[in-house]
Amino acid sequence: MTVIASCLLLAGCALALLAGVGVLRLHDVFGRIHAATKPSSLGLLLVCLGAGFLVQGVTATTQLVAVVILQLFTAPVGAHLLGRASYYSGLLGSRTVLDEGNKPIPDSSQDGID
Amino acid sequence: MTTVSVVCFTLLSLGALAATIRVVIGPSLADRIIAADLLLTVFVMGIAVQAARTGDGLYLPVMVVVALVGFLGTSIVARLIEKRGG
Repeated sequence: MTVIASCLLLAGCALALLAGVGVLRLHDVFGRIHAATKPSSLGLLLVCLGAGFLVQGVTATTQLVAVVILQLFTAPVGAHLLGRASYYSGLLGSRTVLDEGNKPIPDSSQDGID
Repeated sequence: MTTVSVVCFTLLSLGALAATIRVVIGPSLADRIIAADLLLTVFVMGIAVQAARTGDGLYLPVMVVVALVGFLGTSIVARLIEKRGG
C-alpha cells in the first residue's frame, strides 16, 4: 500500500516540476497556459490519489476527492478564460503559425463591467 | 515514507521556483497570472503530500478553500485583461 502511494506521490510531484519547467521555457502565453494547466491537473489527481491511500478517515478522503473534482472543473474553465482574454488583447506570439480565430473585437461594452 | 516525502517536496519546490521566476520576469499580466495559478496548484499538492506524510487530514480543508479561491482570482483577472489589455 505504501509503495503504491509513494509511486503516485512521486509521479504527481514530477508532473508539478514538469509544469514549472514548461511555464518557464515555452515561448508565448498560450503555450504557457497549456503547460500550466494539464500537467498540474494530472499531478494533483495523482498526489491526491496517493494521499488517499495514506490518510485515515472518511472526512479526509472526501476532501481529497472534492479537491480533485474542483480542480478538474475549474482548471479548464480558467485556462479558457485566460486564453480568450489573451487572444483578444493581441498576445499572440511571433512564432504563431496558424490563427483560425478571425479575431473581431469582443463587444465588451455590453457585458456590464467597467 | 520520509525519503519519499523529502523527494516530493524537493520536486514541488523546484516547480514552484520555476513558476516564481515566470511571475517575476513576466512579460505580460497573463503570464504572471498563469504562473501564480500554477504556484497555487503546487501549494495544494504540497498540502496533500504533507497529509500523506503525517497520515492525518488536519490541513485538508485548506486545500479545498485554496482551490476554489484560486479559480475566482484567475477568472476575475481574465476579465480584467480582456477589458484593459494584457
